[in-house]
Amino acid sequence: MAAKPYGLIATFETTPDVYHAAEKVRDAGYKNWDCITPFPIHGLDGAMGVKRSNVPKFSLCGGLLGFTTGMSLIYWTSAVNYPLVVGGKPYFSPLYAFPVSYELTILFTAFATIGGMFFLNRLPMHYHPVLKSDKIVSGMDDKFHIVIESSDPKFNLAHTKALLEQAGGKDIQELEA
Amino acid sequence: MAAHAHSSAAQPAILSEVKPTPFPRATLVENNRSFGWVTDKICGIIEGKTPTWWWVCFILACFVASFTVAGITYLVATGVGVWGHANPVNWAWDIVNFVFWIGIGHAGTLISAILCLLRQKWRTSINRAAEAMTIFAVVCAGIFPVFHVGRVWFAWYLFPIPNSNEIWQNYRSPLEWDVFAVSTYGTVSVLFWYVGLIPDLAVLRDRFFKAGNKVRSFLYGIFAMGWRGSNRHWSNYEMAYLILAGVSTPLVLSVHTIVSFDFAVSLLPGWHTTIFPPYFVAGAIFSGFGMVLTLMLPLRAIYGLQDLITQYHIDCMCKIVLATGTIVGYAYGMEFFIAWYGANPNEGFAFINRAFGHYAWAYWIMISCNVITPQFFWFKKVRENTAFVWILSIFVNVGMWFERFVIIVTSLARDFLPSSWGYYSPSIVEIFTFFGTFGVFSVLFLLFIRFLPVMPMAEIKAVMPQADPHGHAPTGHGDSALAHSTKH
Repeated sequence: MAAKPYGLIATFETTPDVYHAAEKVRDAGYKNWDCITPFPIHGLDGAMGVKRSNVPKFSLCGGLLGFTTGMSLIYWTSAVNYPLVVGGKPYFSPLYAFPVSYELTILFTAFATIGGMFFLNRLPMHYHPVLKSDKIVSGMDDKFHIVIESSDPKFNLAHTKALLEQAGGKDIQELEA
Repeated sequence: MAAHAHSSAAQPAILSEVKPTPFPRATLVENNRSFGWVTDKICGIIEGKTPTWWWVCFILACFVASFTVAGITYLVATGVGVWGHANPVNWAWDIVNFVFWIGIGHAGTLISAILCLLRQKWRTSINRAAEAMTIFAVVCAGIFPVFHVGRVWFAWYLFPIPNSNEIWQNYRSPLEWDVFAVSTYGTVSVLFWYVGLIPDLAVLRDRFFKAGNKVRSFLYGIFAMGWRGSNRHWSNYEMAYLILAGVSTPLVLSVHTIVSFDFAVSLLPGWHTTIFPPYFVAGAIFSGFGMVLTLMLPLRAIYGLQDLITQYHIDCMCKIVLATGTIVGYAYGMEFFIAWYGANPNEGFAFINRAFGHYAWAYWIMISCNVITPQFFWFKKVRENTAFVWILSIFVNVGMWFERFVIIVTSLARDFLPSSWGYYSPSIVEIFTFFGTFGVFSVLFLLFIRFLPVMPMAEIKAVMPQADPHGHAPTGHGDSALAHSTKH
């Protein structure tokens, strides 16, 4: 237990409390910290200084890959691998290939979006100091928490604790790593 | 001229003083409940003892589902001829049931995706169950075309998997488009549903852990992926959810469009009409909302969810049923008009035959259920009478099944050559198989309400007035939701 704590966790009762506290922690210059909230709070990203999510980049790649897969699958199977005349029409036309390519665009976009979300969030991660804390039950229910990690260059047990207290945090505890 | 200039200069000054009357917004969670109440209420359904009614319904549903199992077993053992299909009606109940179930599913995606994009916050309390309904409806839908192929063990020929004949699928066929549309739809619906479930599964994981139930905590935990409510995660999660909603919207529209292409791309009078895609999509949403009402009203009553599914939610759903039902009614009229205006005798005959031929009974059931039933929803008194709304929702479901029957069977039974005309009746095997799918659906739905949160807790909390970070303390007034919803 003498090991360095993972960080400090403070509890907040209401949404405005955690919102304003997040602004204070952000302005104090912390980088490795997080808010634990039971639901997404509107505008908290801005209050924390979190940048716009990169998930759309994954989605775009997935969509392009899906469309290309559809078109090339149909081109290859109908015009290259086993050319077969159907209704006296050309072997390949992007028009008849469109519906299937359209569906594959959506399918691949969905997978890429979810995969990208998991990748960016580093999930699944079944072990985490926050999950070990007793506070997670209320943190998933109706309370709000701010966690400042000890890996943050500005982390100092006393100062950080003071900051959280001053921001209105209750019941500040050390998180076991 | 001067007076003119004066008046136009004065007008903005007057306008700036006009304070628009705040548009009253309904509260989405009544009685000013707390976040904790929402969690306890929804988790309580899962954590409580299995109610007796659940077992009764479950056993009954399993019994009904066994009819599908029996029907399909007999079909596989004997051949597809055990169904009542014969020339000229080679598509009948199987495709009717397929389109019926797929259509039901569409309301789930509409609620979860389209209403999400339109920022309709009332979707939050019904979207989880509606999405579950979508998935289970797609499961039921899939049974029919797969077994209609006859030798079901070759159903994988539908997918581009290399086979010993070394030939590939015909991608010009709308039926092949259907394979991709429906399988994509099923997959994306499951993904969308699952992503929505992750935060709620994490809640259950932690509650079961605290209660000492390690096994259930472990099982929910696996699927919760280690979710810990981190706002950095929420940021990516919300974006992913929005994009999924964004891709599901064109998906749901395309699925029923492609289903309608199965008919519209053919040359058969009665099928060969350009109105089919929008008409099918409207019909799908109509029937789907009918089914949502059929399912949610009993659920609301049994579990006392009146604070979460409020009268406002029921009003909204009834109004969508009214709107889409009216679109469907318009489409019926327009089909007739075009059949006359198009001056094609075969087309004209097909429609007159529908309304006054051998299958006129089916046509008039369809018209009464789909066109007349929803018109009751114009009246507030009707929308407030839950029992009556529920009964009307059943009529909507029946009507939409008959719509597909009318389109498919009447057109085929009287095609171009009078010498090949026929009359189709279903065989007992078909009736069993279709009847059983209601059991399959109910079994899945009952398992869902027993083991998974029936409402998205995180999403409900996010639309509650207390969720606003800009200081709307819970004052006990429902209209703080107004301030919340106008702010963003």
